[in-house]
Amino acid sequence: MAENGKPKLALYWAASCGGCEISVLAIHEKILDVAEAFDIVFWPCVMDFKVSDVEALEDGEIDVCLFNGAIRTDENAHMAHLLRRKSKVMVAYGSCAMEGCMPGLANFYDRERIMQFVYHDSPSTDNPDGVEPQTRTEVPEGELTLPGFWNTVRTLDQIVPVEYFIPGCPPEAKWTEAAINAIISGELPPPGSVIGMDVTVCDECPRERSEKKITRFYRPYEIIPDPDICLLDQGLFCAGIATRAGCGALCPQVNMGCRGCYGPNEGVVDGGARLISAIASVIDAKTPEEIDAVLDTLPDPAGYFYRFTLARSLMERTRLERQNGHKVARPLEEVPRLDPALKE
Amino acid sequence: MTEEKVGVYICHCGNNIAGTIDVEAVSEWAATLPHVAVARDYRFMCSSLGQELVEQDIKELGLTRVVVAACSPHMHEPTFRKACERAGLNPYLMEMANIREHASWVHQHDKEAATEKAKALISGAVKRALELSPLEPSRVPIQEATLVVGGGIAGITTALEIADAGHPVYLVEREPSIGGHMAQLDKTFPTLDCSSCILTPKMFDTGNHPNITLLSYSEVEEVSGYVGNFTVRVRKKARKVNTDLCTGCGECWSRCPAKVVDTVYEAGLGYRTAIYRPFPQAVPKYPVIDVENCIYFQKGTCKACEKFCPTGAIDFEQEDEILELEVGNIVLATGYDLFDARRIPQYGYGRLANVFTSLEFERMVNAAGPTGGKVVLRDGVTEPQSVAIIHCVGSRDKNYNPYCSATCCMAALKFGHLVKEKTDAEVYSFYIDVRAAFKDYEEFYNRVLEEGVHFVRGRVAEVTDAARQPGEEGKLIVQVEDTLIGKQRRIPVDMVILMAAMEPRADAEEIAHLFGVGCSAAGFFTERHPKLDPIATMSDGIFIAGACQGPKDIPATVGQGAAAAARVLTLISQGEVEIEPVRAIIDEERCSGCRICNNLCPYGAIDYIEDPGVSRVNPALCKGCGTCVAACPSQVITGQHFTFESIMSQIEGLLYDVSNGHETYAEPAPLETA
Repeated sequence: MAENGKPKLALYWAASCGGCEISVLAIHEKILDVAEAFDIVFWPCVMDFKVSDVEALEDGEIDVCLFNGAIRTDENAHMAHLLRRKSKVMVAYGSCAMEGCMPGLANFYDRERIMQFVYHDSPSTDNPDGVEPQTRTEVPEGELTLPGFWNTVRTLDQIVPVEYFIPGCPPEAKWTEAAINAIISGELPPPGSVIGMDVTVCDECPRERSEKKITRFYRPYEIIPDPDICLLDQGLFCAGIATRAGCGALCPQVNMGCRGCYGPNEGVVDGGARLISAIASVIDAKTPEEIDAVLDTLPDPAGYFYRFTLARSLMERTRLERQNGHKVARPLEEVPRLDPALKE
Repeated sequence: MTEEKVGVYICHCGNNIAGTIDVEAVSEWAATLPHVAVARDYRFMCSSLGQELVEQDIKELGLTRVVVAACSPHMHEPTFRKACERAGLNPYLMEMANIREHASWVHQHDKEAATEKAKALISGAVKRALELSPLEPSRVPIQEATLVVGGGIAGITTALEIADAGHPVYLVEREPSIGGHMAQLDKTFPTLDCSSCILTPKMFDTGNHPNITLLSYSEVEEVSGYVGNFTVRVRKKARKVNTDLCTGCGECWSRCPAKVVDTVYEAGLGYRTAIYRPFPQAVPKYPVIDVENCIYFQKGTCKACEKFCPTGAIDFEQEDEILELEVGNIVLATGYDLFDARRIPQYGYGRLANVFTSLEFERMVNAAGPTGGKVVLRDGVTEPQSVAIIHCVGSRDKNYNPYCSATCCMAALKFGHLVKEKTDAEVYSFYIDVRAAFKDYEEFYNRVLEEGVHFVRGRVAEVTDAARQPGEEGKLIVQVEDTLIGKQRRIPVDMVILMAAMEPRADAEEIAHLFGVGCSAAGFFTERHPKLDPIATMSDGIFIAGACQGPKDIPATVGQGAAAAARVLTLISQGEVEIEPVRAIIDEERCSGCRICNNLCPYGAIDYIEDPGVSRVNPALCKGCGTCVAACPSQVITGQHFTFESIMSQIEGLLYDVSNGHETYAEPAPLETA
């Protein structure tokens, strides 16, 4: 507690896009209550604090830390450990901190191939000298340092213990508000809880559903869906069946299939696997050829099924193999979708 | 969970397990696992002494979970469940670790690895056992009526046995008459009694039995329900003949001008009319109109049958009828198809006129057949001077069917005898091995040998009409390596009979799917256990009999038909059936009504309830297969006895000696923030 009796609040972003920061502000005038109720001690996006300010705090002095973003550099991990040590309650705020989200999709590759693409192969890269970032660089003024870049993106709770999770990319304001209210009132759920619902998006979706039989998938530009019928029934990929409710089924209500940003439902260990097994179950095909034909209409299946959850899934990433002393991922294109021998 | 007490029992299974796995060491190790109160090894856990060991420990040590590391649960799960029940422990708190089929038998050459694997399996079973919950089976009454599918000798036998015991039977037959393949045969080996003479009385009894409802010219379209309570939809195809009026006098078919090759009963060797009764002894006696070949149905005029029918029984407007039957048990006796000999072009069937299939020859030698029982060439008059009988056509051949069709050797011997009896021809029988197992079969073989049939050991390479040597002109030449003398031979003959294989029905897979039974790789229906339960299937209340389960001859088929009846009667006499509590349950509070599961249930057990928009499992229909549990995208369907927690715990237990594979992250050095 601060001298003024207010609980101390810290907000931090690690590997994230900044959307979570905006979503905190999306609680609108309620933010004034936050400022009223809390003594904000660290919020790099909004207020001028230094890491040394945090280091100067006593261990456990921060009452609540809302931590968004995944862990993909030494700095992210360092800050996670530091804030963990200084905070009584650590909240993984948003999809990146909770389950890896978009940054986690980098786990389909490895550090070398990401660097290769970003600093050499990307069409928009102009880097004639082939410069790559280094953790230590000598310049006339002295040595410059950058945090190390990890092979594997991690979720916050894979690095430090976390008390609460707030899902969403970004979280809907009402859940941020619910979490803030719970913290202010002291009526907190048991540690380890997800602040949200325990049903799926279908529960909030007004579309009419029938028995499912998918004969092909359409991409959103290919058809104009019926506004009243389940998108999945119409062949539009919708992850709502396997995604935790809480958003109010925003995307399906505007003719866009759920992307799955709220992550899997309560109790599910691997959301992608759940989604794969559900979708695979309702594909209306019998022979391997027919099944392949249906699946061919679903480009980038890994991205569809694990868009938000790869880093937290049971597999976490593609396998790393040791080559020349480096750990590298097996290139995706070398992984056959179906063993050709099985097809015969 | 700290109060749970687990007893672990490791079976030696004589030497089956103990010969490979160090059971004493495993037992000592198991005793150190968390929650394990006692671990013992014993020579035969399934013996009454072994079971008493478990019972005694439950009572004296207060065990709350039992793990038996022995054979497959298919084998002895019921045994140990009962032992637990006798000692007062809920039987569903017993878990088996299969260290025989999954460890000792498959790793006989690596004892150390087998022992380690046994430990992992036991560790998994203990972890899983801790997550088990007590369950209670429920009981439902059994419908008394039985459905028998297929009216060959197997189905006839089953139907008569059950009906004679006083219970109602529906016998569904696809063809216009019951009788099956047996009705087409002339003589039966090895006794040479006339096939129809022994079959006809049974057919007649079946058709007239007060407890049998004969649904000929009918097919099962849909099956739902479960043991004791199946609902079956049967399509009774329109005969276009009013059976209430028809007397079976035969006026109609004697007047019918359409002539059709009879590919079913006469195996393509003879003709029938468009309105026809397959054969004189057909049951029921009523004819059917073959709409596709009927001149009236094709051209709009004729109606000769209607004009001449003395009772006005012809009904061109008759429609298919759909019947809904409620039955408690189902017996599948759908028989076999004959291998299509055209698939082996080098034997010339369909190209060389005087190459016949075994079934064609049956019809030919049958006194009621197209030639009146005369053995003649395709021209219908010439008696052959020499006949070749080729065994294993489509059987014991990796290009077609690897299995032995079991009946063709004996049928070939019978043919040899019949040719000798009816003609003066020389007979050559080309065999790989003569398989004459079973009672009086070898004796029959000896008899045919004495009658002078020539046996040539070797698989025939080719049957050709291309003469190369004098004496071959105008003949069929059988090219074969006689493996007993080690020489190639060319044997000219007038007639060739191909002993075609018995194959699963062309639609066996669809039928299997319809009734929820399995098919083997060859396509025959799969029995529950190949030795100890050859009649039952993995679906309770559905039994199989006869050649649909695998090639077999008449005595074996009749034996299975009667055995199926006995199994059904057992269930009927129990009056009610126990429903396993291992089934799926949907948490309706948390079901979001996405309807992914609705279409998946192979037993049709899931209903969607519009209000409040959730899916629900009918516990009586659910078999606990887990399909919906795996598919539920929100993970709100629980498979009882196979809960998510129990499966994950078992995996954890299996991997007890493996690290979790996570890279560990030490806190990195502080950044220079100054």
